[in-house]
Amino acid sequence: MSEKLTIWVPMDSAAKALCADELAADIAAEAAGRGVAVDIRRNGSRGMVWLEPLVEIDIDGTRLGFGPMTQADVPALFNGLATHPRALGPVDELEWMRRQSRLTFARCGVTRPLSLEDYRAHGGLAGLKRALAMSGADIVAEVTASGLRGRGGAGFPTGIKWKTVLEAPGAQKYIVCNADEGDSGTFADRMIMEGDPFSLIEGMAIAGIGVGATKGYVYLRSEYPDAIRVMREAVTIARAEGVLGGDLLGSGRRFDMEIRVGAGAYVCGEETSLLNSLEGKRGVVRAKPPLPALAGLFGCPTVVNNVISLASVPVIFEKGAAHYASFGVGRSRGTVTLQIAGNVKRGGLFETGFGVSLGEVVDDLAGGTASGRPVKAVQVGGPLGAYMPREKFDTALGYEEFDAVGGLVGHAGLVVFDEGADMLEMARFAMEFCAIESCGKCTPCRIGAVRGVETLDRIKEGDGGAIELLSDLCETMKDGSLCALGGFTPYPVMSALTHFPDDFDRRKEAAE
Amino acid sequence: MHAQPPAKAPEREDIDAIIAQHHHLEGPLLPILHALQEAFGHIPEPAHAPLAEALNITRAELHGVISFYHDFRAAPAGRQVLKICRAEACQAMGGAALAEATLKRLGLDWHGTTPNGALTIEPVYCLGLCACAPAVMIGERVVGRVDAARMDRLLEVVGA
Ligand SMILES: Cc1cc2nc3c(=O)[nH]c(=O)nc-3n(C[C@H](O)[C@H](O)[C@H](O)COP(=O)(O)O)c2cc1C
Ligand code: SF4
Ligand code: FES
Ligand code: FES
Repeated sequence: MSEKLTIWVPMDSAAKALCADELAADIAAEAAGRGVAVDIRRNGSRGMVWLEPLVEIDIDGTRLGFGPMTQADVPALFNGLATHPRALGPVDELEWMRRQSRLTFARCGVTRPLSLEDYRAHGGLAGLKRALAMSGADIVAEVTASGLRGRGGAGFPTGIKWKTVLEAPGAQKYIVCNADEGDSGTFADRMIMEGDPFSLIEGMAIAGIGVGATKGYVYLRSEYPDAIRVMREAVTIARAEGVLGGDLLGSGRRFDMEIRVGAGAYVCGEETSLLNSLEGKRGVVRAKPPLPALAGLFGCPTVVNNVISLASVPVIFEKGAAHYASFGVGRSRGTVTLQIAGNVKRGGLFETGFGVSLGEVVDDLAGGTASGRPVKAVQVGGPLGAYMPREKFDTALGYEEFDAVGGLVGHAGLVVFDEGADMLEMARFAMEFCAIESCGKCTPCRIGAVRGVETLDRIKEGDGGAIELLSDLCETMKDGSLCALGGFTPYPVMSALTHFPDDFDRRKEAAE
Repeated sequence: MHAQPPAKAPEREDIDAIIAQHHHLEGPLLPILHALQEAFGHIPEPAHAPLAEALNITRAELHGVISFYHDFRAAPAGRQVLKICRAEACQAMGGAALAEATLKRLGLDWHGTTPNGALTIEPVYCLGLCACAPAVMIGERVVGRVDAARMDRLLEVVGA
C-alpha cells in the first residue's frame, strides 16, 4: 500500500451543523470499502460557511477543496478529483482566502485544533517565548504599540488596560477571558476556540506574565458545548506540555487557567456582571468605579478581555507590534474579524485590515442576499447595534468611523436583512430582548424595555401618536441606564424608526 | 450544560458528593449548579439546604442565583430539549416563522413540554451559527439551515 491520503473534514460546529461528522464517517466507510488508506484529520473552519462542510484533500502539499459536500458526493472523491462536481481547486487560492489578511485566524482551518505539534509548526508559542524574555512593562508597551483595542465591543485600548493592572497593587491578579459571545451575528470567538484554542491560551499566558497574574479564567457561554469541550481539552494538553502551569516553557514562570461555563444570561457578557457570575453571584452589573482593572474578580486587579483581543496577542508578539499596527485605518489598528451572517449568499468569517467599507462587505464579499432580493438593512455590532440602511454603506469599518454615523462596530458581526424584513418587528424584538435579558438593576432598562414592547404594539395597531412616546422612552433608556444593554437598545430601535419610517406607519394598513 | 435529564432521583449522598467535588474551586457555585443539573436534569430542591450551608450563603441568596440564570431548571425537562434560535441572524432567514410553526404543530408555548414527555422547547439567543441560519440545538447537537422538512425529521426522531 502506498502512502495514506490525507483528507480534512472540519470539526467546527457550523460544519457539524451542516453534517460534517456524518460526512467524515461516510468518507471513512467509503475508503475502507475501496481499500484506500486514508488519514482523516479534523480541522477548524476556514470561515467559508457557505461552502461547509468543506472537505480538503492534500495532494502533494496542496489542499484541494470540495464543498459544500453532501453524502451523495462522497463516492466521487475516489474517482478522479478534477472532475468532482464540488471541486473548488486549491483552497488557499480561493478569492475569499486570498483577499484576507489572516493574522489572528492564520492557523484556523489549517491545523488540527488540538495538536500542539501543528500549533508549533505554524508559528505558535513563538510569541510566548519572546514575551518570557521581556519585562512586564515591555510586554505592556508592545501591546500598546500594536494599537490593539478591545474586540468585545467597547474598543478600549488593550495596552492601557494591561498597564493599569500591571501597576495596581495586589498579591493576586487575574486574567479573565470574556467568551460569552452573546451577540447575534457573531461567531469569531467560537471559531477560534474550536479551531485554534492554543492561540487563546497563549494570549492569556502572555497577558498573565505581562501584568503579573498567575491565574486565568475563560467564561464560556453554555450555548457552545463544542467550544467548551475543545477548550477544556486544550488546557489539559497545554498543562501537560508545560505551556501552562508552574514552569512556562521552562522559564520558571507560573500561569494556569480554567474554563468556566456561563448559564444562559446575555448580560453576563458585560464585564462586571461576568465577574459577579464567576464569583457565584447573580449576574448583576456593578457600578464603575471601581474599574475591574483595579478591583475585579474577588476584588483583585483583573484584566477582562474578549477572546479575539487575547487571541490576537500571540501574533503581535510573534511578528512584532509594528507589523500588526501596519494594518488598519485611523485609530483602528490591526485586523477586524468580520462575521458575515443572516440573509447573505456567502456568510462566514473574513479577517481584514480595518477600513473596508460596509458596502464592499455586503455587496461584494457577501455577494448580496441569499434570497436574491435587495438588501434592506444591516445590523452591525450585535443586538445593541444600529440598523444601517444602504445610504450608509460607504462607512468604513473603524471604531470612530462607525461612531460618527451613529453606529457601532462592536464585535464586528454583520447581520443582513432583505426587503422582506419588517423593521417595526425588529425594533420590537430589540425591546423584547432587552426586557428578557435585563439584569434588573436600573428602572429605565427593566421597566422601559417592557413599555417599549407595549408602545411598539400600539404603533403596530395604527396608533401613530405612540411614535413620540417611543422616542422619549429611548431617550430615558439612553440617559438613565447603567450599562449598554439598557443604554444601547435605543440604537436598533431608533435607527429602525429613523431609516425605515414606512414600516412604522401602520395607519394606512389599518385604514385600507 | 445541556445533558439529557437522566432518570436518577436525587439522593442526599449524590448531592453531597457533587458539592464536595467542586467545593475547593474559587467561586464554586455555578460549577456546582451545572453539575447538579447534569446529574439530575434540574436543580433538585433537596440540594438547596446542603448547598447553602456548604457555601455559607442564605437559601434566599441561593434561590436568587438559581432563578437569575435561564439555564437552571427547578423541575426536569422533557427527555430531549430543543433550543430554537430566536435572534436576529436567524430571523433574517425565516427563523421566526419556523419557530412559530414548530410551536403550533406541537401545541406548545416556549418552555413547554410535549404531553408524552419527549421534548421541551426552549428559545435561545444565538448559537454562533448565524452564517448557516436558522439554527437549532437538540441536546448538544447543533443543526443549521433548518427548514420545515428538517424540523419535521428532528421532531420525528425524538418522538415528539
Ligand atoms: C450587555 C453587554 C454584553 C456584552 N457582551 C460581551 C460579550 O459577549 N463578549 C465580550 O467580549 N464583551 C462583551 N461586552 C463588553 C464587555 O463589557 C467588555 O467591554 C469586554 O469584555 C472587554 O474586553 P475587550 O476590551 O477585550 O473588548 C458586553 C457588554 C455589555 C454591556
Ligand atoms: S441597563 Fe439593564 S442590564 Fe444594564 S445594569 Fe441597568 S438594568 Fe442591568
Ligand atoms: S441531517 Fe445531517 S446527516 Fe442527515
Ligand atoms: S442568530 Fe441564530 S445562531 Fe446566531
